[in-house]
Amino acid sequence: MFIVDYIKEVYGAVKSLLTGMNRTGYYFTHHKEIITQEYPDNKDTLVLSERFRGEVVMKHDENNEHACTGCTACELACPNATIKIITKFDVTPEGKKKKAIDTFVYHLELCTMCNLCVEACPTGAITMAQTFEHSVTDRSKLIKKLNQPGSKIREGVE
Amino acid sequence: MFSLEGITDAIYSWLNSTFNPTIALLIEFAIVVVCVIGLFAVLGLVLVFMERKVSAYMQIRLGPNRVGFKGSMQTMADTLKLVLKEGLVPDGADKFLFNLAPFVVMIVAMLILAPIPFARNFQMWDINIGVLYVTAVSSLSVIGILMAGWSSNNKYSLLGAMRSGAQIVSYELSAGLAVLSIVVLTGSLQLSDIVNSQQDGWWIFKGHIPAIISFVIFIIAVTAETNRAPFDLAEAESELTAGFHTEYSGMRFALFFLAEYVNIFIVCSIGAILFLGGWMPFHIGNWEAFNHVMDFIPSSVWFFGKVFFLIFLIMWFRWTFPRLRIDQLLNLEWKYLLPISMFNLLLMTLMAIMGWYF
Repeated sequence: MFIVDYIKEVYGAVKSLLTGMNRTGYYFTHHKEIITQEYPDNKDTLVLSERFRGEVVMKHDENNEHACTGCTACELACPNATIKIITKFDVTPEGKKKKAIDTFVYHLELCTMCNLCVEACPTGAITMAQTFEHSVTDRSKLIKKLNQPGSKIREGVE
Repeated sequence: MFSLEGITDAIYSWLNSTFNPTIALLIEFAIVVVCVIGLFAVLGLVLVFMERKVSAYMQIRLGPNRVGFKGSMQTMADTLKLVLKEGLVPDGADKFLFNLAPFVVMIVAMLILAPIPFARNFQMWDINIGVLYVTAVSSLSVIGILMAGWSSNNKYSLLGAMRSGAQIVSYELSAGLAVLSIVVLTGSLQLSDIVNSQQDGWWIFKGHIPAIISFVIFIIAVTAETNRAPFDLAEAESELTAGFHTEYSGMRFALFFLAEYVNIFIVCSIGAILFLGGWMPFHIGNWEAFNHVMDFIPSSVWFFGKVFFLIFLIMWFRWTFPRLRIDQLLNLEWKYLLPISMFNLLLMTLMAIMGWYF
């Protein structure tokens, strides 16, 4: 029947609109749901969501050792050439030459925080940090060296 | 007890005793003009702030909260910014129409204000065809919008203006029929008569379900007529940047913005007068004590309370519903609202003839 369908349609429309209004009305009256963070004021209590990605950092342990073998998997994975790895050859006590990183160059100004380098890393040497206050007065300050001075590769990481 | 009627009476008698009648009349005109412009300015500031706060809370945000107490001076700061901005006229624009359009929209809004009773015996112009006047003048604003869209020499502006035209022409019908259903009950087109007929109860309660249906249709239609979401196809930020006022800047843009909010106020006050009893206090049957307490609240407070309730309702729509496509918009009007409101008007007429209302 046409008229029954018509009335059903109107009823359905009104019902769905009222459901939507119920939701927004709930938010309007329940201010505890507000998710706005008043950022500069709440710097100390700021809550960042777990998956927020601020910049790439290299993890160093207490002996100033990292897990980067210099395999350049992250450099290859990076879609916009943010990472540049400069390698050198260490000589092991047995007299063999071994590839190791000299400098891990990270261009923060080019990085889109896509996380591909972190996923590509076979040894888990790099990770995403939650820092986000990156503004500087000179662009050259955004080019960072991720391995700390004097750091070396952790024993047993191949 | 506070009443606007007392103030106007005092001013009237003082002017007439001090000056001769012609000069007194002219001074009264000037006072009315100043009051209307003042009302517009205040409404613009208050409604923009209200809209921003309401939208913020509905979207789980905080909204403006830095300038002044809880952000209440935000709209003042915005107005100051707009005043200081340069009013650009694009190359290739029709200069005369381009400059005229915002004033047409504004003046139409001012004209509709004339027959609205703001409080008991507080009305600029109590004409006996008030409802007809309001419906006739309110459709003039589309001329201003078309003017703005055409003279901007911009495809988005023209598209927005055309959409706005189609929309206003369609929705004027169902708004008119919804208004008519109340006129049928009242038997008068005079706005003060309509308010007075609701002494013992508002039409939305006295008219049973048909009155509620026509109230809902009225609210939907006026939301479309004022070009507000979910019917904001004429502006459609995401499709047409800003529709007919894309090319406007500075104070001319502010006039369009102000006219939008003043139009909301006007259609909501028409809705309040027709369905919610205008400035009439809320009365329940024979509860004498309750009715006396309600009478004690000034009639202007009742009027503005109802109007702001309706404005809140329209803002609630805006921040809940997604925008309609143009075909959906015309479907809604011609396939749903218009047949329903016609049937509803028939039902209302039957009710009025048989006396099936309180």
